[in-house]
Amino acid sequence: MFGMVTRRLLAGLLAGALVALAGNAGAGADWKQTGNAKATKLEQCVRPTPEIRRNHMALLKHQRDVTVHEGVRKTPDALAGCIDCHVNKDPQGKPVPVDSQGQFCSSCHAFAAVQLDCFQCHSTVPTGR
Amino acid sequence: MNTEPTDAGRREFIGKAAAATAVAVAPGVLLHAAAEAAPRGEPVTSKVRWGMLIDTTKCADGCRACVDACDKENGLDLQTRPEGEDAGKWNQQRAIWIRKVKVRDNLTGRVTGLPVMCQHCEIPPCVDVCPTGASFRRADGIVMVDRHICIGCRYCMMACPYKARSFIHEAVEEKLTHAPRGKGCVESCNFCVHRLDNGRTTTACQDACAKDGHAAIVFGDLRDPGSPVAKALAQHQSNQIRPELKLNTGVRYHGL
Repeated sequence: MFGMVTRRLLAGLLAGALVALAGNAGAGADWKQTGNAKATKLEQCVRPTPEIRRNHMALLKHQRDVTVHEGVRKTPDALAGCIDCHVNKDPQGKPVPVDSQGQFCSSCHAFAAVQLDCFQCHSTVPTGR
Repeated sequence: MNTEPTDAGRREFIGKAAAATAVAVAPGVLLHAAAEAAPRGEPVTSKVRWGMLIDTTKCADGCRACVDACDKENGLDLQTRPEGEDAGKWNQQRAIWIRKVKVRDNLTGRVTGLPVMCQHCEIPPCVDVCPTGASFRRADGIVMVDRHICIGCRYCMMACPYKARSFIHEAVEEKLTHAPRGKGCVESCNFCVHRLDNGRTTTACQDACAKDGHAAIVFGDLRDPGSPVAKALAQHQSNQIRPELKLNTGVRYHGL
């Protein structure tokens, strides 16, 4: 009986913590989107998950050249698409920047100790314009 | 660094130097398809050359509709003066893609007002001097900066005869999804490339000018004889600024 209550309490606490953070507390092989972003409701990303985990930077780098130099924007590989799908919203419905602490992009990059330069220029939330 | 305001002499020189030039619109073979409002899936080609005709006789004195619309469209209105920065200095340094310029003919005293932005040269000096290939001319005639490879050396700003480029000195706090910009890169007018790539066929400055009732800016495909800009160029007198440089600019002026 006691064990059951503790487990429920723990589960409740965990869920609460996740909602409060609306982000990712850690990173690793089981890395996945948490919070209320569109990505949480999808089976997989624009490529199979292992491929995306390993190669998203190469896909983005290729796409940036194709977009800037050739004007191709009809693609699932655009950074704007990543942000649109992976951005969490706070309880007021305001998007939380993907590079802020604990959020999808920044938490994994912090874990992997890889600098995240995209957002020196690119918007961290969908701005609609 | 010289922080004096742009000297009037240079402006007058530019104005006077603009002599009548025959408009060489390449004979269009293929008409570009009617605009479908969808993102572009195929690479741009040289079958299209984007260009602009600005009727200086319709450009109203004191009107800044095009400048403001450009600022809003490209997130330039989100720039803020750094704390403690001198206002005059800031006005010289902040990024501006369109400048409203007045030119005066010293002989007759005639004053003409016109917006000057990147002229989208066919042979762009900024591209010539760029050491990294960041400054480039897209197949459809748009001269732009690939900010991913721009190192911020500003050679292009020195090379540009039109003073069309700006440098971003400060970190950009607020960015737009469609117009990414950040510290350490050079930038300039790109004919609202995000609009064109998403199937729209107008620029923000053109829309604003038309909305204010002046309609001094006509934009479109120079290679399509049926496009409004090609028709207007075929009908009306027009000049390039500094035609003697033989850059074959994509932006032409009527009544200059």
